[in-house]
This record gives sequence, structure tokens and C-alpha cells, in this order.
Amino acid sequence: MAQTYRKMLVDPMVDNNPITLQVLGVCSALAVTSSLQVAAVMALAVTLVTGFSSMFISAIRSQIPGSIRIIVQMIIIASLVIVVDQVLKAYAYEVSKTLSVFVGLIITNCIVMGRAEAFAMKNPPIASFIDGVGNGMGYGLILLLVGFFRELFGSGSLFGITILPTVNNGGWYVPNGLLLLPPSAFFVIGLLIWGFRTWKPEQVEEREYRIQTVEAH
Amino acid sequence: MEGLLSLAVKAIFVENMALAFFLGMCTFLAVSKKISTAIGLGISVTLVQAITVPANNLILNYLLAPGALAWAGFPDVDLTFLGLISYIGVIAAIVQILEMVLDKYFPPLYNALGIFLPLITVNCAILGGSLFMVERDYSFPEASVYGVASGLGWALAITAMAGVREKLKYSDIPEGLQGLGITFITAGLMAMAFMSFSGVKL
Repeated sequence: MAQTYRKMLVDPMVDNNPITLQVLGVCSALAVTSSLQVAAVMALAVTLVTGFSSMFISAIRSQIPGSIRIIVQMIIIASLVIVVDQVLKAYAYEVSKTLSVFVGLIITNCIVMGRAEAFAMKNPPIASFIDGVGNGMGYGLILLLVGFFRELFGSGSLFGITILPTVNNGGWYVPNGLLLLPPSAFFVIGLLIWGFRTWKPEQVEEREYRIQTVEAH
Repeated sequence: MEGLLSLAVKAIFVENMALAFFLGMCTFLAVSKKISTAIGLGISVTLVQAITVPANNLILNYLLAPGALAWAGFPDVDLTFLGLISYIGVIAAIVQILEMVLDKYFPPLYNALGIFLPLITVNCAILGGSLFMVERDYSFPEASVYGVASGLGWALAITAMAGVREKLKYSDIPEGLQGLGITFITAGLMAMAFMSFSGVKL
């Protein structure tokens, strides 16, 4: 059993990553990654919400009537997100200002709903908790990767600590301003997906049209 | 009046929901393979957005904001911490009601939009619209205009994206970029194009 738990935790990180493979929860992945600190807080928040919401939903799964299950799931998720939101406002006000609406948007993050619907409704609480945490961590991994590239090359620092001294501060590195702007997040994730799929070729999507090779007669 | 017009232009182009704030990305990437479905989804989002943003504005101003319950005799009550759960509840309820109303009175429209409506409850663009409305302190008329305009902006973006993707499927893309990868990069290029609207003032 311990083996399967471990598999459930590690699997969503690379082999079945929620962002690069299942295309879930992309919205916030793009918006909060311009600095690593914000990305880390967001990753932690999503991991906690996904884990606990899966656990609670799984605990009452046999009591939820099928026709209103979406609303019940929403209420549980929304309550957890309110807790996270209030905690952030109390102890990390600056970060919560930067995250602005994106904390609230964890409610509609498809990863949370998706895991509740696909896994927690059919499995016992502990397994669901681990599955939720695993998926949250898979999401967090991509978030941190994207945040790493964007902050390092966009402003020459990591977690606010200068790594590459920029020209403005008398150093040598000319920061790439594009990486701080929204569109760069698309490029970084697009290239990350390319990298992932070159490493794991079985994730490559089938193309709809193939260019025919002309055979020599 | 001019204020409202510039708000609308800003919400459609400059602060485009999909391309500047990345809201509704899951559906934006998943349902943009064909122009016809993209238009259907775009219309549904605009419709729901136009109803939910003003509705949530009323909920905020008459039930949740500090002192809003004065009419019921509780002038000191501040319920803003219940905001998230009320907004999502209102959205879920309105989508459900809209589905029933369309089914009863406009069956052709229901058949065209039917499959998209349940999806919309979990579309972050809808909740995002309401949350931006709260954060920016819009009045009721502003909230109504913002709802319609942000919905239209999202519809515009997904339709344009579907147009590009329909052409894109005939092109020779490297194996690893096939599908999702190239879609992200296309969206990035579109977002850069939309950034050129920033600075437009009315």
C-alpha cells in the first residue's frame, strides 16, 4: 500500500502533470509567476486546498446526492479557499495584495474540481488526500519552474535576492523586460511542454494531418 | 457616459480577460479547435457574465459590504469574508436558472449552447469578472457595462484563437510542440499583439 501511495504522490509531477498533460488550472499558472516568492505561496495554497478538499469530499462522498454534487463540492472548496485567503491577509498581506483575485480563483481552478470529481468521489479519504497533494505539487512544480525562469532572466534575482547584478544597479546583466510581461508566461510554458515531451515522447499528441512523404518509384 | 464607454473599450481590448489576465484559460485552450464551437462558447460566456457581474454587485452592496445590512437593522455587520462563497453560489445558481429558462423558452438557443453552460460555472473568467468588480469598487452601472464588455473581450479572443488554430492544423510542427505546446505559443503571440492596445485612452 505504501508503494501505491508513493506512486500516487509522484505520478502527477512528471508522468501525468496537471498542467502540461491534463491542461488543468492553467489560468493562475500564467498570472502569478512573474516572481518566485508569489509563485511559491500560490503553489502552497493550491496544494493545501486540493489535498484537503479531496479529503473532505471523499469523507462524505456516499452522502452526496449525485444531482447536486457540483454545488456541494463548490461549497467545500470555497470554504477552504476563504480560510486560505483570510490567513494570507493576516500573515502575508503584501503577497496577498500581489496575488489579488487569484487567491479567490483557486475555487475555479480546474485541478481542484477535477481531482474531486475524478478521484475523491470514488476513493477513501486518505488516498484522496495524497492524490490531491500530489496533483497540487505537480502544479506547484511547473509554477516554480516558470517563476524561476521569469524572475531570474526578467529581473536578475531569485526570491528577491540578486543573482545576476543588473545594469541599472551597476552590474553587467541587461534584464529581459519581456519576461516580466504577461505574454512571456505563454512562451515559457509552451517551451517547457516541448522540453517535457522531448524527454517523455509518449506524451506527444497525435497530429490530425500528416504531410505525406513522396515515395520514389 | 464617456466614463462607461472608455471602461468598455478598456475591458474588451486593453485588459482582455483571456490574454492579459489569463482567465478562463482551461476552456480557452480546450474548446478553441473549431470556430463554430468557439463562437457558441463566447456567446454563452458573454451572456452569463452580463448577468452575474451586476447580480454580484447587488449582493455585495446590499448584503455583504460593511453596514450594508442597515436596512435589516444590523448596521455594524461586515460580511465581506463570505464574499467568495456567495459569488460562486450566485454564479452556479444563475447558470442553472439560465439553463432552465433557455430550455423552456428558447429551445434552439438551448440546443446550441446547452453543452457549454454547465462548463461555465467553473470558468475562471466568470468568477474573475466578479472579483475584479469587487476589487475595483465598481458602481452598479459600471458593473453592468464591465460584465458585458469583459465577456465580449473573452469571446473575441477565443474566436480569434480558433481561427488561428483551424489554419494551424495543416502546418508542419515539431513533434514535441504538437497540440498543446504550439497552442501556448500562439496564445503568447496573440497576447503580445493585444498589448499594443495598452495606452489607448478615450
